[in-house]
Amino acid sequence: MTPDPLLLQQHGLTRGEYQRILEMLGREPTLTELGIFSVMWSEHCSYKSSRVHLRKLPTTGRRVLQGPGENAGAVDIGDGLAAVFKIESHNHPSFIEPYQGAATGVGGIIRDIFTMGARPIALLNSLRFGSLDDPHVRRTFAGVVAGIAGYGNSIGIPTVGGEIGFDESYTGNPLVNVFCLGIARADEIVKASASGEGNPVYYVGARTGRDGIHGATMASAEFDDKSAEKRPAVQVGDPFMEKLLLEACLEVMKTGALVGIQDMGAAGLTCSTCEMGARGGAGVAIDVSLVPQRETGMTPYEIMLSESQERMLLVVTRGREQEVERVFEKWDLHAVRIGEVTTDNRLRVQHHGEVVADIPTAALTDEAPLYERPMAEPAYLADARQLSMQSLGRPGRPQEIFGRLLASPAIASKQWVYRQYDHMVRTNTLVVPGMGAGVVRVKGTQRALALSVDGNGRFVYLDPFLGAQLAVAEAARNVACVGGQPIGATNCLNFGNPERPEIMWQFARTVEGISAACRALDIPITGGNVSLYNETDGRAVLPTPVLGVVGLIEEASRIVRRAFTSQGDAIVLLGTGAAELGGSEYLKVVHGLVRGVPPALDLAREAALQRLLVAAISRAVIRSAHDCADGGFAVALAECCFGTGLGAAVDLPPVEADAGFGPIAALFGESASRVIVSVEPQRTADLLALAADEGVPAGVIGTVGGERVRMRVAGSGAIDEPLADAERIWSQAIGRYFEPQRAIA
Amino acid sequence: MKFAVVVFPGSNCDHDAYHAVKHVLGQDAAFVWHKETSLGGADAVILPGGFAHGDYLRTGAIARFSPVMQAVRRFAAAGGPVLGICNGFQVLLEAGLLPGAMLRNRSVQFQCEHVYVRVEQTDTPFTLACRQGQILRIPIAHGEGNYYAEPAVLEQLERNRQVVFRYTTVAGAVTDDSNPNGSINNIAGICSEGRNVVGLMPHPERACELPLGSADGLVVLESVVKAVTQGAVAATR
Repeated sequence: MTPDPLLLQQHGLTRGEYQRILEMLGREPTLTELGIFSVMWSEHCSYKSSRVHLRKLPTTGRRVLQGPGENAGAVDIGDGLAAVFKIESHNHPSFIEPYQGAATGVGGIIRDIFTMGARPIALLNSLRFGSLDDPHVRRTFAGVVAGIAGYGNSIGIPTVGGEIGFDESYTGNPLVNVFCLGIARADEIVKASASGEGNPVYYVGARTGRDGIHGATMASAEFDDKSAEKRPAVQVGDPFMEKLLLEACLEVMKTGALVGIQDMGAAGLTCSTCEMGARGGAGVAIDVSLVPQRETGMTPYEIMLSESQERMLLVVTRGREQEVERVFEKWDLHAVRIGEVTTDNRLRVQHHGEVVADIPTAALTDEAPLYERPMAEPAYLADARQLSMQSLGRPGRPQEIFGRLLASPAIASKQWVYRQYDHMVRTNTLVVPGMGAGVVRVKGTQRALALSVDGNGRFVYLDPFLGAQLAVAEAARNVACVGGQPIGATNCLNFGNPERPEIMWQFARTVEGISAACRALDIPITGGNVSLYNETDGRAVLPTPVLGVVGLIEEASRIVRRAFTSQGDAIVLLGTGAAELGGSEYLKVVHGLVRGVPPALDLAREAALQRLLVAAISRAVIRSAHDCADGGFAVALAECCFGTGLGAAVDLPPVEADAGFGPIAALFGESASRVIVSVEPQRTADLLALAADEGVPAGVIGTVGGERVRMRVAGSGAIDEPLADAERIWSQAIGRYFEPQRAIA
Repeated sequence: MKFAVVVFPGSNCDHDAYHAVKHVLGQDAAFVWHKETSLGGADAVILPGGFAHGDYLRTGAIARFSPVMQAVRRFAAAGGPVLGICNGFQVLLEAGLLPGAMLRNRSVQFQCEHVYVRVEQTDTPFTLACRQGQILRIPIAHGEGNYYAEPAVLEQLERNRQVVFRYTTVAGAVTDDSNPNGSINNIAGICSEGRNVVGLMPHPERACELPLGSADGLVVLESVVKAVTQGAVAATR
């Protein structure tokens, strides 16, 4: 029988996929079954386009306790403890309803962490928007920030870091990637699997409503001018309910009566039941009429597909139900028994005793469709990679360019944003947001963790393989700059429509780049998230992989920050600059171009640089460290001065470039593997010796002090500006977009 | 001495307060669940920050109905020292243990940042060890910390010297710029008429260790230890 084409389209299923369903079931699916297949086979849940590529990532290492496949990854941090972490996207909901979309993104990733038995202690986020000149973008930006703040602040998990980028390609499709890290006892990590015939299956948390039905399917489709009509598919967050669930679930885990637990995120009850069953090699039978409901007359289809937030599914050891129920009652939550574990490896759903779905769990998980989609190098690349200095006209005045870059939202202070996040609650935050990597101490130990999320869509657009490597290197370098040894990473891969060969090519090359860099830097990927179909009206976002790297700091008391600390300290540049303006913020801001080839990256040299930083910091040789990224050396030096009242005077080595662009390249080029450090003059020799041991180029370029920021290139003056003026430009740029008169415009 | 740290279901600074008194100050401390009816023989009570019952209605509005608040009321009436920090302050206002109310910050945003407060009174159990006029650098983290009291109440607060902390510049000047949230008369914290109940919006428990950015808040907690051990304050039993 041929299915109704409209029905298939509404469920995001192809005719071929429907044929497969018929073969797997040996009959026509019921409507509820069709809905279940629809969400489980959606790109969002099945990774059907990306899985063949993701297998290339390195996922093992001596510290890895849990790799991909569970709710989050985990690495050993010593003292019998594990860091449990993951990053996830909430891009599509955040475009449709910025506040709730971002808030529920935070809620979802927090659940992934405490589900593993870890106490969440830090949040970070990586955000991308269109230009702030666009009033609609400003509203999205303010809404996303408020949503992240509203959820994270209420539940009491500090937001300790992140990054924000801007490009027109994100105008109709912002990126909201949220990272969470928790701490668990290494031997008490909890798995999301169902096992033990007859063990009861419990539902706990918010009641199920009609919100978010087909959210996973929505996240697997492009946007068009009808997207605003999808608002009912966005869920509403309740951070107080999540706080109760967090505390109660961690308490329940301590009883030892729990077999497995999973949150109901994308695809809700459907995903949690069949995934837990598949992981545990068991089946799950539930009766949806027992599920607590917020609305009357809900059908089994709606109950199975609802993405109402703040709900958990638990499998409890038979005979120990009361211990579990007692804990939930303490927190005024009602755990409801909705079914039990079976041995037939099937998901069986009843409604008032009538079977409405009966599907092998493997059909929904391991045997879901897998595509090797066609790939083709994008046509734009050959031209976009050409950059002729001559075509840029005469080089501008460095001082004027410096001011424009400091005022560019990508570079300007994000204090307007970070002030809205509670970044201090839990009293562990040693380095606050906006300073490179965030650092949290691990109470009860001498250790701390450094956390950084980074990605550069322009670089990946111009060279996915290299751009992805640069993202890994930057995140790891940020962690090393505070003294952290990178020990694990998670990635969030934000791309356009994978059914287009050029997008799939970008994706595949990106994964290969991440893989190459992670192998060279010895950083296993322990999990992550893929977000495809980030397009509006056929226009894709810049391909944007975001890397979240976790670094281990052995002695929390030894960390350094990016800010200069002492008048008279020597300023040393580790690494060397080259004529590399391709894909730079300078080209974008001054010339309106996204062009050229990204900076070269020597992974062996990058690894040596990071080893050097960790060694120099652990031996207290240096007093500050900051990597050169967006805006190049000039911006990085200014950032080392901001907030300290200490100026700086430096003379940079010359850089050879065409058409007189040498000084511009030296100051604003974004060459990789460069770090500005400050060092007590008498320790300079120690630092240079350490650098020589690692083969890292290093040279004293100037001195900390004075009230001005002065930069020369090969002896010629380039920038000489009062520190206070530079800092004013930098610190006020973003807030200006939100002054009352402008907000009304 | 022994601290009781009250835990409402949405408290999220309870562990921070506990850590500060137990691990930084080395005092005895215990969590007291909001459904309890006794404070377990504590010498001082802390109502910590957070969102007591979600606070979707008004901050602290539902917390006053928690069973533990009867015990807190009795303890306060008997002269025992009670400190409400941030949401704890909001709860004390809603419970009528302190006068006034909180409005949304005038920025209409949540704000988390270090501010300066001036110690206005040193004859409360939580400022005993401070110098008069001492400037403390302590963080705030709230969306509704814009303190308001009707003119008559305000006048009485000032006359009775019940304003304990005021937002100022680093040099101690009361200015509009140094007022982070629009609080009337730059009020950051007040005490009861009996002076044993103190509420403040800034978080002294977050400023007890230098690596976190400031240790200026320690003196607030040290004050009550001093007050209790010297017998300057105690709940009559």
